[in-house]
Amino acid sequence: MTAPSFPTFASLNGAPRLTGTPRLLVTSVILTLVAIGGTFLLDPYRNYQLAVIAAYFCATAGLTMLVGLTGQLSLGHAALMAAGGYGYALTANASTDAGVDGVARFLVSLVGAVVVAGLAGLLLGLAAARLRGPYLAGLTLAVVIALPAVTSVFSGVFRGDQGLQIAYDGVPPFLRTLIAVEQWQAWVAILVTSVTVTVLAGLRRGRAGLRMRAVHGDETAARLSGVPAGRVKVFAFTMSSISAGVGGALLCFVTQSVSPGAYTLAFSLLLLVAVVIGGLGSIGGAALGAVVVVLLPWLIGTATAALELPADVEQRLSGNVSVLVFGLLLIVVTAVWPGGIAGALGRRMPRARDQVAAGTPVAPADAPPPAVPVTTSTSSVSHSIPTETER
Amino acid sequence: MDRLLYLLATGLARGAVFALFALSLVLIWRAARIVNFAQGAMAVVATYVAFAVTGLTGSYWLGLGSALLAGAAIGFAVERGVMRFAPQGSPFSGVIIAIGLVMVLQSALGILFGQQHRPMAVPFDERPIMIAGVPVFSPYDLFVLVVAVAVMAALALLFTRTSLGLQLRASAFAPEVSRLLGVRVSRMLTIGWMLSAAVASLAALLLVPTELGLNPHSTDMLFVYAFTVAVVGGLDSPPGALIGGLVVGLVISLVTGYLGSTVAPIAVLVLLVVVLLVRPGGIFAAREARTA
Repeated sequence: MTAPSFPTFASLNGAPRLTGTPRLLVTSVILTLVAIGGTFLLDPYRNYQLAVIAAYFCATAGLTMLVGLTGQLSLGHAALMAAGGYGYALTANASTDAGVDGVARFLVSLVGAVVVAGLAGLLLGLAAARLRGPYLAGLTLAVVIALPAVTSVFSGVFRGDQGLQIAYDGVPPFLRTLIAVEQWQAWVAILVTSVTVTVLAGLRRGRAGLRMRAVHGDETAARLSGVPAGRVKVFAFTMSSISAGVGGALLCFVTQSVSPGAYTLAFSLLLLVAVVIGGLGSIGGAALGAVVVVLLPWLIGTATAALELPADVEQRLSGNVSVLVFGLLLIVVTAVWPGGIAGALGRRMPRARDQVAAGTPVAPADAPPPAVPVTTSTSSVSHSIPTETER
Repeated sequence: MDRLLYLLATGLARGAVFALFALSLVLIWRAARIVNFAQGAMAVVATYVAFAVTGLTGSYWLGLGSALLAGAAIGFAVERGVMRFAPQGSPFSGVIIAIGLVMVLQSALGILFGQQHRPMAVPFDERPIMIAGVPVFSPYDLFVLVVAVAVMAALALLFTRTSLGLQLRASAFAPEVSRLLGVRVSRMLTIGWMLSAAVASLAALLLVPTELGLNPHSTDMLFVYAFTVAVVGGLDSPPGALIGGLVVGLVISLVTGYLGSTVAPIAVLVLLVVVLLVRPGGIFAAREARTA
């Protein structure tokens, strides 16, 4: 997948200005450094929460790309996160047995997570590419419901409801005097997340993203222009799944365990809540959504604990209140505020954006058209009028 | 052999419930082109109403009647109060709003009644009757089967033999033309939702006593199974829902009986994947027009 070559510098009023892929890289490096610097200001529990947010952000960024760009609604991303988590845990345990540990073990296990989640996503994506809206949602729902059954049927590998435990990853020796383990985990989560999300953002703004939008906008027209719609959808699903799998691997790294009880339908719906309130298709929105779904339940839990209610009332409220709030948010945002947080922020400053768009060649407007070269276009068009079976 | 016969019989009774619930999904799909992911949560609210009424009055039948009324009322409230506001442009906004509704309804039930399973009693014997020394149906299974068949027959009569049924079909098929001919299309849509939610509530009420008990999540599996049924049969086809229901009911019963209950969700997933890959629109769906 070659990204179209954007001009790296364009002069606006004489001042040099970063655009295109370098701008994306610079932004992500700056944000990563800010986040890592921020960990010094937080206490250990906040750093743990930051690591969880980063892991969720991996999954929501993948999901928002899938739903917002290709229009494939997946309710099963929790299962794909679990695939990544199990891939990580199985590889980590195998490497521990082989005598590998430390950073090498982490990297090898992360590759394991990417492979397992990628394969799961590829299989599911091959089925998903043939399906539309509600059928795909129902299929992915069935996948996440069947997850506990899969882990208990193959309990020799997945250890049933108990799940897998992995060896503890401490702070590397040269940093041990400087930071605590929670801060180290937050660093790892932030670094891995920033690499994953940068790749996704690069895809989103490049040719791949343009093809995804084309398939979502009008699949027939896209196919007539030579975009292989099926392949684009499968690719989007696989990338989204890998990203969710990395998120699952990070959660496994932070909590040192993976079990089906952590990846329920409720969790899958929580990811959907995050991308919808963040704004479908927006990576920044996915980050805000991840923050909201991690911090809001904790805030509500703290608030109800502070009320000193009777034990049985508190037991009923725990968990349910935040689900109630999320459900209401999901309905209200979809009905009234379809762009989510990102859409609302974007509307605030349309003027500034227009000026930038007019002055500098910003991404998709200037990207080369996605069609194949003209010389081969006739053959590829006749090729892309598929029969039902070809899809 | 005895065991096979028993499994087939109970599979038939469960399949009838799945078919009934799937039929309710088909009703909404035909009326509004929405797969109502909130159907299970709406049905479990109605089942709680039935549980409360039965608890207060001591009568199972009053509970059953109140579940039907509550189901229709919930259908009315959901259509007028929530679904009407779904943006029409996006294909999945209806699904997302329905999922929001699931979260709201289930967490509200959890806050009001707690998460524990409440056993529901039925005025029937749940032990199987012996026919020639072979255990077959329990009287309750028989009751479930009779009610399901009767309701499906009544719906078939309603849709094919009455003026209301004709208006319902017309407004789903061609809303603009129906409106020109004097059909109150928006009222028909509401009636479709009420009818569908009442049928779903009945199915949930029939199923819950045979499971662990009543809990805010006790219809989650029912929804997934019924969705599979509707997909196997084709979302557009009521006879498909009936046949799909029997197929899924028998598959679940046989798999549970011979391989254990943990395998059942995997079997349903495999069935769903196979059907979707072979006939993405369902086995009984009309052939879709080519898109390119």
